[in-house]
Amino acid sequence: MLRVEGLQVRHVGPASFSVSAGECVGLSGPSGSGKTLLLRAIADLEAHDGQCLLDGTAAHAMPPSQWRGQVGYLAAESAWWHDTVAPHFPNHTPDNLADLGFKPEVMQWSVARLSTGERQRLALLRLLAGKPRVLLLDEPTANLDAGNSRAMEGVLARYQSEQNAALLWVAHDTDQLKRVATRSTTLSTGGQLTWN
Amino acid sequence: MELISLSPWDLALAALLVLAVAGCSLATRLGIARDLIIAAVRTAAQLALVGLVLEVVFARGDLIWVAAMALVMLLLAGREAAARQKRRFTGGWSFGAGTLAMFLSSFVTTILALLVIIRVRPWYEPQYAIPLLGMLLGNTMTGIALGMDRLTQGAWDRRAVVETKLALGSTADEAINDLKRESMRAGMIPMLNAMAAAGIISLPGMMTGQILAGSPPWEAVKYQILIMFLIAAGTGFGTMAAVWLGARRLFDERDRLRLDRLK
Repeated sequence: MLRVEGLQVRHVGPASFSVSAGECVGLSGPSGSGKTLLLRAIADLEAHDGQCLLDGTAAHAMPPSQWRGQVGYLAAESAWWHDTVAPHFPNHTPDNLADLGFKPEVMQWSVARLSTGERQRLALLRLLAGKPRVLLLDEPTANLDAGNSRAMEGVLARYQSEQNAALLWVAHDTDQLKRVATRSTTLSTGGQLTWN
Repeated sequence: MELISLSPWDLALAALLVLAVAGCSLATRLGIARDLIIAAVRTAAQLALVGLVLEVVFARGDLIWVAAMALVMLLLAGREAAARQKRRFTGGWSFGAGTLAMFLSSFVTTILALLVIIRVRPWYEPQYAIPLLGMLLGNTMTGIALGMDRLTQGAWDRRAVVETKLALGSTADEAINDLKRESMRAGMIPMLNAMAAAGIISLPGMMTGQILAGSPPWEAVKYQILIMFLIAAGTGFGTMAAVWLGARRLFDERDRLRLDRLK
C-alpha cells in the first residue's frame, strides 16, 4: 500500500521499503538517528529526494493536503489551537473515546487542563477521525503509563484491522514493537535502515 | 496671516532645550544623553538634507525628478520596514515583499488622490505629490513592518500547530489563516488608533503644520480628513498585500512550512 523509494532527507537514507495494507512495521533506532525526520518526509512535511507512493500513486501526483489526509502523521508532541477539545474534532465526537478511558464530557474540557498523556491520547483520536489509510506514529505511547499504553495499542490494532490500514510505528521500547509490529527495522546513526 | 520665517537663532534656542534635557539626564544618570544628542543631530541633518533636495525638486517640478524622489523614498521605506522585523525572510524577500506591497498601495492611493480627488495640475506637482506620498509611505511602512513581524514570529512560535494542521490534511492556506488574519489586524491597529484619536487626544501633525503655515483651520481639517482616509486605504491594502505575500513565502509548492526561509 505505502511504498517508499530512495527516500533521502538530510543524513537519512536513501531508504526503500513498503508497508502493506493491514501491516504494522516497527521502526527503532538511537536518538538523533532521524526517525522523526523519516516520518516527516513520508508525510511530505520535509523537503526530500526520492518518492513515496500510495497504491502506486506518487505523492507529487496529488495535492499535498490529499496526501497528508491519507498518510496521517502523529507527532510525538501534540499541538492544540482551540480553547476546548471539541472544535479540534470538526465532524463529530469520536465513538472510540471510551476505549482510551475518556468520558464524553472530555470534549468540553479546556485544552490547558489536559495532561501531556491525555493530549497524546486525544491527538491519536483526532488523527483517526480523519480515517487516514496509513498511520505514521512517532512514539505514540511515550508519555503514557503501562495501562494507557496497552489501551492505545488496542485502539491502533483495531483500526489497523478494521480499516485495513498500514502502520509505521516508531518506538524506543523494542518489547512494544515485538507486540505490535509484524516486522521491524532499525535506523542507524548513519541514517541507514537494517531489517531485523 | 503671514508665515513667520524661523532664523537659525530660533532653532538654536530650541536646540538649547534639548541640551538642557541631556544635561538633566547626565546629572540623574538616565543614560540617554548620548542617544538624545545623536538623535537630535540626525534629525537636523536628515531634515536639512531633505529640505535641500525638496528645494531642487520643487524648483524643477518635472515628472522625472518627482519620480526619482518617489523611488528613493520607496526603497528607503522598504529597507526600514524590513529592518524592523525580528525574523526576516532570507534572500531579501522581506524587503521585496514589503517594497512591492508599499508600491502597490501607496503609489496607487497617492496617484488616485492627485488625479481624482485633489485634481492638481500637473498631477505630479511636487508640492502635493511628495508630502502625500511621504505620509502614506511612512504609515504603510509601519503597518507592513508590524504585520510581517507578527506573521514570521507567529509562524516560528506556532510551528507545531501549523504543521499539525497540515498533517491532519489542511492546505497551507487553511493552516496559516488564523495567523494571517491576526497579522493583518496587528498591522492596521496603529492606523485605527490614529483615526479614533484624531482631534480628541492629538492634533494631527499635518493639520497643525498647515495651521501654523497660515491655512484656515477648516481647510486644514479637510486635508487632514483626506489624508487619514488615504492612510487607512494605503495601510490596509499594503498590510494585506505584504502579509499575503509573506504567508505564501512561508510554504513551498508542496505546502510544507519552510521556516528555513527565515533568518
